[in-house]
Amino acid sequence: MTDLSQTAGPVGAAKAASLVVADARMLRRRATEKRFRLMGLMAVGVGMLALVVLLTSILGNGLPSFRQTAITMPVTLDEAVLDKSGTRDPAVMAKVTTLGYGKLIQAALEAELIARNVDTQGLTVKDIAGMISQEAPADLRALVLADPTLVGTTISFDALANGRVDGYFKGRVTMESAVDDGNISPEQLRVAQAMRDIGMINLVFNPGFFTKSDASELRPEAAGLGVAMLGSAYMMLIVLVLALPIGVAASVYLEEIAPKNRWTDIIEINIANLAAVPSIVYGILALALFINIIGLPQSAPIVGGLVLTLMTLPTIIIATRAALKAVPPSIRDAALGVGASKNQTIFHHVLPLAMPGILTGTILGLARALGESAPLLLIGMVAFVKDFPAAPPAGMFDPASALPVQVYSWTQRADPAFAERSSGAIIVLLVFLLSMNALAIILRRRFERRW
Amino acid sequence: MSIAALALLVLGLAALGFVLGRQRAVASVKGDRRALHSLPGYYGWYVALFTATPAYLLMVAWLILQPMLIAYQVTGMILPEDIADGSSRDLVMTDVRRISEGMDSFAASGMTEAEIVTLSEDPAALKTALEGVGVALGSDINPHVAAAAVTYRQDVALGRLWMSVVALALAVGGLVLSSRRVGPELRSRNSVERYVQVLLVSASMIAILTTAGIVFSLVFESVHFFQLYPAKDFFLSLTWTPKFGGGSDLGIWPLLWGTLYVSFIALLVAVPIGLMSAIYLSEYAGPKLRGMAKPALEVLAGIPSIVYGLFALLTVGPFLRDYFAQPLGLGDSSSSVMTAGIVMGVMLIPYVSSLSDDIINAVPQALRDGSYALGATQSETVRQVVLPAALPGIVGAVLMAASRAIGETMIVVLGAGAAAKLDLNPFEAMTTVTVKIVSQLTGDTEFASPETLVAFALGLTLFVFTLCLNIIALFIVRKYREQYE
Repeated sequence: MTDLSQTAGPVGAAKAASLVVADARMLRRRATEKRFRLMGLMAVGVGMLALVVLLTSILGNGLPSFRQTAITMPVTLDEAVLDKSGTRDPAVMAKVTTLGYGKLIQAALEAELIARNVDTQGLTVKDIAGMISQEAPADLRALVLADPTLVGTTISFDALANGRVDGYFKGRVTMESAVDDGNISPEQLRVAQAMRDIGMINLVFNPGFFTKSDASELRPEAAGLGVAMLGSAYMMLIVLVLALPIGVAASVYLEEIAPKNRWTDIIEINIANLAAVPSIVYGILALALFINIIGLPQSAPIVGGLVLTLMTLPTIIIATRAALKAVPPSIRDAALGVGASKNQTIFHHVLPLAMPGILTGTILGLARALGESAPLLLIGMVAFVKDFPAAPPAGMFDPASALPVQVYSWTQRADPAFAERSSGAIIVLLVFLLSMNALAIILRRRFERRW
Repeated sequence: MSIAALALLVLGLAALGFVLGRQRAVASVKGDRRALHSLPGYYGWYVALFTATPAYLLMVAWLILQPMLIAYQVTGMILPEDIADGSSRDLVMTDVRRISEGMDSFAASGMTEAEIVTLSEDPAALKTALEGVGVALGSDINPHVAAAAVTYRQDVALGRLWMSVVALALAVGGLVLSSRRVGPELRSRNSVERYVQVLLVSASMIAILTTAGIVFSLVFESVHFFQLYPAKDFFLSLTWTPKFGGGSDLGIWPLLWGTLYVSFIALLVAVPIGLMSAIYLSEYAGPKLRGMAKPALEVLAGIPSIVYGLFALLTVGPFLRDYFAQPLGLGDSSSSVMTAGIVMGVMLIPYVSSLSDDIINAVPQALRDGSYALGATQSETVRQVVLPAALPGIVGAVLMAASRAIGETMIVVLGAGAAAKLDLNPFEAMTTVTVKIVSQLTGDTEFASPETLVAFALGLTLFVFTLCLNIIALFIVRKYREQYE
């Protein structure tokens, strides 16, 4: 007999009990077991729930931004206003500013309202014009300058509606809130509703959200992600071009060539620590080094790309080393055995075999860099950028925005229409991230090899 | 010659060198390749590398040094009285650069160099001409500035010319010299491989350089800050009231308190949930649930923090305010420590869970089997055998999660608020170190005031804090880890 069975009192008590009928202590233990299990299940459930709530909240807030309220009306493009010379030369016609086009649209809207018998009682001419976005004349001007033959004809034009009118049809603005709103009145909303009823106002798909650049505080309906997406694309290009070769070279050295000494140890600890440095610290580094000392321009994709490269490097190095480690030593031994040099072994045999793993790690690193915003705030990417950057390489030095930073700067604006836009931008960002992650998973599934 | 064209030309020379080197090697042994020391391609690479590398290195060095030297020379041409009140030498230098860019567009539109120089002697005409090419200047152009712009432009052109000449000379020289050395005796493979190794080593140096860059930029500007603002006040003062006019109180404690409070709440959410879900998934869950829950947690881990920030701002903040803070009379701010803490906790759940999962899986099955054999239930085994065995790893994971929570930026920027205060009420808006780094460094910043430079001291504090946590975590894991074989 061991000490255990002698000293443990309850064991003695259990002797009398049957194996089939559990005693009180056993019941208690089973209850504890059940509770513990339930707690675990709840923890998993909370995690899943958080994911679902997060996604539904973002989708619910953001999906409306893909559709935009437009006012359809026939606009007569008067030659006397738009092209006095009659030459149809875009360079000459460009002298007519958006002001001229604005008057045309305004007149067209008034005429259309009368023609279709919409009751506009209580609204001044200015109120009616206020229902159209201030961006609409610019759109019409771009349309005409792109195709000067339109001048003199009457076209059916979809003018963007004012952000408040848009908000009314998306449930963001109500009759009650309009009473205290300086930018819209309940009468205007009533007319808008009447226009909606006769089909003059429609919610249509909004391609401008993807192609236009940011817009000022007063015209949220015209704000788009074009510059931000282009800026993000430029930065990803820089990260890919720099981080992949440097990361692979560093990992090859550390994994295949480096002697196991103190120096190698220092580099390894360094890389592990860099992976844990808060991203904002990289932003400080970029500000101090790239902008203040080297003198690169603020809010340029080149600076963003460089700092994201530095941030992504540890991720790529760690993934690449894991991939290199997974290649069995027999491959190396065989190559060396038939007379290949060390470098030939690595570059002709080990690296190609490790490539799927390296690419997977790189894509995941890129996905992370794409969503990173804190360091970009510090290098001035929050600035309002209206113009598209030029084509690379010169465009790398032009001011641009980035997707996550655009989200941030829209949250800082007062108009709630921008909150909808920023959720919409998040959806775009998440779609990019999900497709990158899916690509990584497919790559891994397709090419992964078990030795 | 533009830099891109020069780079391409050198690349072309290198390609020529490759072909030449290869041919000469084969020709030197009359086509009998067995007599060569290395494969013919290595001779090609040998010549190509000797052609391109020195030229490219020179170009890089030149591009870094030339602007510094020219700026030094041109700055000397601007007299102190040329700098208007409220302006600075840097701003004048920006004007110089913009004027010279304008002159470049004159040249592009067909003006001769002599005409540009004549034009620059008449400031008023120059200004109108500049406006014609889209360079709008605020004030009238000072004659010294115009002259400086002309010199600047000439210097840049001259420097560019010399750089092209020297780089091409180096490339051609390298090509000729190295191809003359090609012969059956030349051990070109050894040279090429050594070159590749140097490249690999320098790539791995970038990690060291990054760390050095971080440390230097933080320390350098922090020292600058402490010269302007007493370190004692920074570390001991309990108030944070930056005023850009001067006379601000920049005590770190309110920020540190906010940071630690938010992180504490985040860990309170993340550690139990993350740990329990890791235990459940690795010990209890069937393959079906695991196959669903693990990818979902990975998705949660892959979501960038700006998304969580927006979630805090638009959903969690108003929800907590309407259903908890206001009914309980605890405040009516939608951004609060609680908002940021809970959302950050959600963000950390997958992190804690995946770290703990690895650690729990590393506990050998034999320990569990032994415990079951003694009659323990599954939960007793987990709590009394698996968890104690995994404890060092779990403590390490918690510390790493804490370091991430402290360094997190976007969630607190959007969810925690901007008011620096020492308060216990979790529904009150407070601020953190990272929020203040962002707010002090965004917008128009001037790197001379303590209000801006304080961001670097805050960054240094943050860096040291997270580094220490990570090192302690690593130390605990290494020191107390049980080695099961």
